Amino acid sequence: MSNYPRLVIASENSVIIYFSDKPCATTSSQITHMVATLKNDLGDQLIDLVPSYASLLLIYNPLVTDYQQVEQQIHSALDCWQPQAQTQTARHIELPVYYSDESGPDLQRIADRNGLSIEQVITAHQQTEYIAYAIGFAPGFAYLGELDSRIATPRLATPRHRVPRGAVAIADRQTAVYPAPSPGGWNLIGLCPTRLFDANQQPNSLIQAGDKVRFKAISRERFIQLGGSQTDLAEKL
Amino acid sequence: MSGLKVIQPGILSLIQDAGRYGFHNIGITTGGALDSHSFQWANQLCGNSDSATCIEILVGGLVLEAQISTQIAITGAEVAVTINGQPADTWCNHRVQAGDRIAIGYASAGCRAYLAVAGGIEAPLVFGSASTVVRESLGGLSGDGKPLQQGDTLPCQANSGTVQQLAPQQQRPVFTDGVTEVRMVLGYQHHQFSASQLDLFFDSIYTISQNSNRMGYRLEGPAIVPPQTAMLSEGICLGAVQLPADGQPIILLNDHQTIGGYPKLGSVLSVDINKLAQLMPGRTLRFQPIAIEQAQIILRKSRT
Repeated sequence: MSNYPRLVIASENSVIIYFSDKPCATTSSQITHMVATLKNDLGDQLIDLVPSYASLLLIYNPLVTDYQQVEQQIHSALDCWQPQAQTQTARHIELPVYYSDESGPDLQRIADRNGLSIEQVITAHQQTEYIAYAIGFAPGFAYLGELDSRIATPRLATPRHRVPRGAVAIADRQTAVYPAPSPGGWNLIGLCPTRLFDANQQPNSLIQAGDKVRFKAISRERFIQLGGSQTDLAEKL
Repeated sequence: MSGLKVIQPGILSLIQDAGRYGFHNIGITTGGALDSHSFQWANQLCGNSDSATCIEILVGGLVLEAQISTQIAITGAEVAVTINGQPADTWCNHRVQAGDRIAIGYASAGCRAYLAVAGGIEAPLVFGSASTVVRESLGGLSGDGKPLQQGDTLPCQANSGTVQQLAPQQQRPVFTDGVTEVRMVLGYQHHQFSASQLDLFFDSIYTISQNSNRMGYRLEGPAIVPPQTAMLSEGICLGAVQLPADGQPIILLNDHQTIGGYPKLGSVLSVDINKLAQLMPGRTLRFQPIAIEQAQIILRKSRT
């Protein structure tokens, strides 16, 4: 008998639903389904939803509902999930990337470490259609998986003080694009000129949990044309 | 626009309201006043809605000059307040006139004071809230997450109200030197911790580390061995008590990251986060487990 899905109390006004012990496309689309259903079913009783790799945290307003009632609503939402019917609904996003030594200072090290050429690393990064498993760390930062094991690389022992906006990075079997400048410990392989997060524009976050994301190599010229920053290229990363 | 001018910002003074909700799915945290009880009282004393925008003053040192005639109230930590050099009580409202100088001294007990002004501070709403989250560059006077700076003007409307308001004594926090009891609901990975580790956790006294802030309070005390099973990052809620590999608990507060991969024992009650918000580094606490049904009764009582 499967232990999943499993409901566990998280706090006085939140409950976490575990769907599986490892992330996969089916789990991801089930979470997307649950987000939509619970938003609809709970309405004003709902405060926030936090989808992640294989779980969904639901925060509710305990002044208008209680744990028992929310638990029942979650069970009914789970009951109306049909795996086959939901798999086609994900959004597909393609992100342009300028891969190069000047935009991706860790490319050479990743290549050496994995016994590949830089070209092979760049090709491998583009071959997978990734699933956005979770958004976190910073507004709009999407954890994308699963990275080709041939280019998987552990985080830097010492994080950089500043990673530029748009930096395309890998850590273990995940990849991501930094939506804003921040400190960061992931390995940098390129720069993406697309804005991933903007507080003043809709949608604020280009990528939502459950989306499918692909990367496509572009030239230096195209990177600049699409609004990429020359300063980030000139800066020693 | 005129309002209250910042003559000195103090140690760390932040624009805060009730927080930002509904955006955890894109990685945006809640923020908001850490001691929501004192925050709501500051607003009530000025005749505001409970969630009007205030200033959260860490420890003290804030000096303001009124440019308009209005009412203010200060609650939270025990601070010496003066208006034009004359002592003014906390937990009640005061009339101020253009040119008046309001000075908040350093806290003698507690560590976060709240200053409300009639009608609230008119700071821009970013994702539905004016709350300052420095780490996310969101909220505050310009919407970009900056703390108050010398020379800032906090826009607010003039107000002519004269009704005197005073918070009843039993609504004011009691500051003691002893160990603070912090109640929590067991949850998340608690069943993966051994019974002996759970006993140790609830029997021990923990000290709040210097390395604590609005994101979380790091604690120092007996190490709790976390479960060794690999874990996927998952949603974090307010008050979650996480146990990193070194076994020193961290209580996650209003500016917490939205997801994380450390095992968690459960979460502290929101009414007790109000107490935590007033504890300086070096102060001590002890956890006490409580059932979810009981927690929800306490929560509802606190809001009526």
